[in-house]
Amino acid sequence: MFKPIRKSNPVLKILNTALVDLPAPVNLSTWWNFGSLLGLCLVLQIATGLFLSMHYASNMEIAFSSVIHITRDVNFGWLIRALHANGASAFFLCMYLHMGRGLYYSSFKLKETWNIGVILFILTMATAFVGYVLPWGQMSFWGATVITNLFSAIPYIGQDLVQWLWGGFSVSNATLNRFFAFHFLLPFILAAMSAIHLLFLHQTGSNNPLGLCSDSDKIPFHIYYSVKDIVGFIVLLMALILFCLLCPNLLIDPDNFLPANPLVTPAHIKPEWYFLWAYAILRSIPNKLGGVCAMFLAILLMFTLPFTPQQRRGNQFYFPNQVLFWMFSVNFLLLTWIGGCPVESPFITLGSLFTAFYFMFFILNPILFYFWDLLLSPSK
Amino acid sequence: MAALIGRATGQALLRAQNGLFVQQANLSFKETIARLSRGKKIAAGVLGTVTAGAIGLGVALQASVLASELELHPPAYPWTHNGAFSSFDHASLRRGYQVYKEVCAACHSMKYMAYRELVNTIFTEDEAKKEAEQITVIDGPDDEGKMFERPGKLSDYFPSPYANDEAAKAANNGAYPPDLTYIVSARHGGEDYIFSLLTSYCDPPAGIEMREGLYFNPYFNGGAIAMAQSIFNEVVTYDDGTNPSASQLAKDVSAFLKFASEPEHDERKRMAMKAILGFSVLFVTVYYYKRHKWASLKSRKIVFRPKK
Repeated sequence: MFKPIRKSNPVLKILNTALVDLPAPVNLSTWWNFGSLLGLCLVLQIATGLFLSMHYASNMEIAFSSVIHITRDVNFGWLIRALHANGASAFFLCMYLHMGRGLYYSSFKLKETWNIGVILFILTMATAFVGYVLPWGQMSFWGATVITNLFSAIPYIGQDLVQWLWGGFSVSNATLNRFFAFHFLLPFILAAMSAIHLLFLHQTGSNNPLGLCSDSDKIPFHIYYSVKDIVGFIVLLMALILFCLLCPNLLIDPDNFLPANPLVTPAHIKPEWYFLWAYAILRSIPNKLGGVCAMFLAILLMFTLPFTPQQRRGNQFYFPNQVLFWMFSVNFLLLTWIGGCPVESPFITLGSLFTAFYFMFFILNPILFYFWDLLLSPSK
Repeated sequence: MAALIGRATGQALLRAQNGLFVQQANLSFKETIARLSRGKKIAAGVLGTVTAGAIGLGVALQASVLASELELHPPAYPWTHNGAFSSFDHASLRRGYQVYKEVCAACHSMKYMAYRELVNTIFTEDEAKKEAEQITVIDGPDDEGKMFERPGKLSDYFPSPYANDEAAKAANNGAYPPDLTYIVSARHGGEDYIFSLLTSYCDPPAGIEMREGLYFNPYFNGGAIAMAQSIFNEVVTYDDGTNPSASQLAKDVSAFLKFASEPEHDERKRMAMKAILGFSVLFVTVYYYKRHKWASLKSRKIVFRPKK
């Protein structure tokens, strides 16, 4: 019997089951577009990064000049650099929306998929951090100094660990070299992990806005979702390219246009906008070790969500949890705002309050689920 | 015949009721709000008010903290290149280059700026070549291994006024005059800040003593700047006859410094216009195709008919 090549060829068969004949729920909304958009962002970052790496020099004496050489002398180097720098922002924007959707619709019920997603998030943060150091501007240097120094808070081994990370006694040429190596390597690990993320997703099938089993009403991924994803690609690319063409430096800190100088500390050291929420949590606890623990805990708590008791469906069935979710989202934005403010009153107090609410969410959410179920269950 | 009967039977099974009944999503915000219960309307109103209040509080806090700082924040000036699709005023750039060359270049370098970047932006190619030839460059080694002097070329970079950073500091009471290539990008406020700084030298407020070699400028961080006022009326005579008032000089040199930090400015805005056009066509086409493909699914109706 005749079998189409996409079903018989061993390589195409894999692609076919993932992208063509994959049964998908019929009711996936636009919120489900962000997974494919993240894939696009990763491809875009790897492609632009590859071209940048052809001209970049990872030596602290010439790293800053090599970036200027890229923007001034290389053909369309300014555009490639702008796409890479702002592409990171697009990546995180899509990632936060993707995670927010997962949180709202309880997609974390798909345990393996969610937990690999959290690992992807952590790896992306690591990639972005080491990448930010590479231009060797003032904020790159001092950002690296502040963040790597966080590890010195670890009792007993902290100082040794930091020096091991630096490859010396300060952020130096060895640090820049190894950060470049990691920045080159990590995206490929991200790509591999993304494939595993998809593999697990396709074992169970996607969640959907109703949160109910969609087996009775599936459609093939291609042409329905492939064309829908392409619409998403065009919107994202249009937004990103126009951003790069109309205001390419809007998100770049002015201090990063100055070459790194270990003798001059910038007045306000702060990371890129996508790390500000974590930075606010870090600063909200006066004790250094406490702040570091809180920051890492804020990320690692995501791993606990699939094991939340009681929850059977997404927030769409739980009005109190909807309110809590949106409060959490606003709180996330407020933490981002606080992270960019100077460390002075009233921002210190506000930061502590927002941090407390961030952690409260993970306690309140299952409790509200439980009581709403209890309230609506006639048998209890 | 069998196919016809089959199709007719299938249609009969799928028909929910007689008459035209077009199913479509209603995404009207007004009607969505109207459908909400009274309680939800109140909840939405309260939530909206609280959110607006919180944003207002945040803005007020931010403004109050900024107001308590020592230096002034520059106002936003109506630069000709401000618009999303506006180019530089190239006559202003040409004048600004003259101000840089005759005033600023005595102390400040622009080491990342090459003469070739002036071609077709500030000068014609011949003019830029003549401009480059005015400097002397030490090149080499020659065939005999000796360094030699030659006139500048388009590929040469702007000369630095000092041999190295230490010489620059030594000549300026220990204060290093920053390189100006990226000064607009490297300062909060960009060209607004540069213009404000250049035009706002004044006497310090009563009770504030300035150390020797420092000058009061409310836009500079801390108020005490090592650079003396350099922009005065008619300190430069413009080739094009423009009145060289201090504010005109400051405006022109600020625009030139903006150009120095973003030489691709005009090209990227031109590309933005092309991108909008291209992406619009692409978006409309693909979106229409998507709607076309989804139309049957979006307009389908599933009816449950219990057995009688």
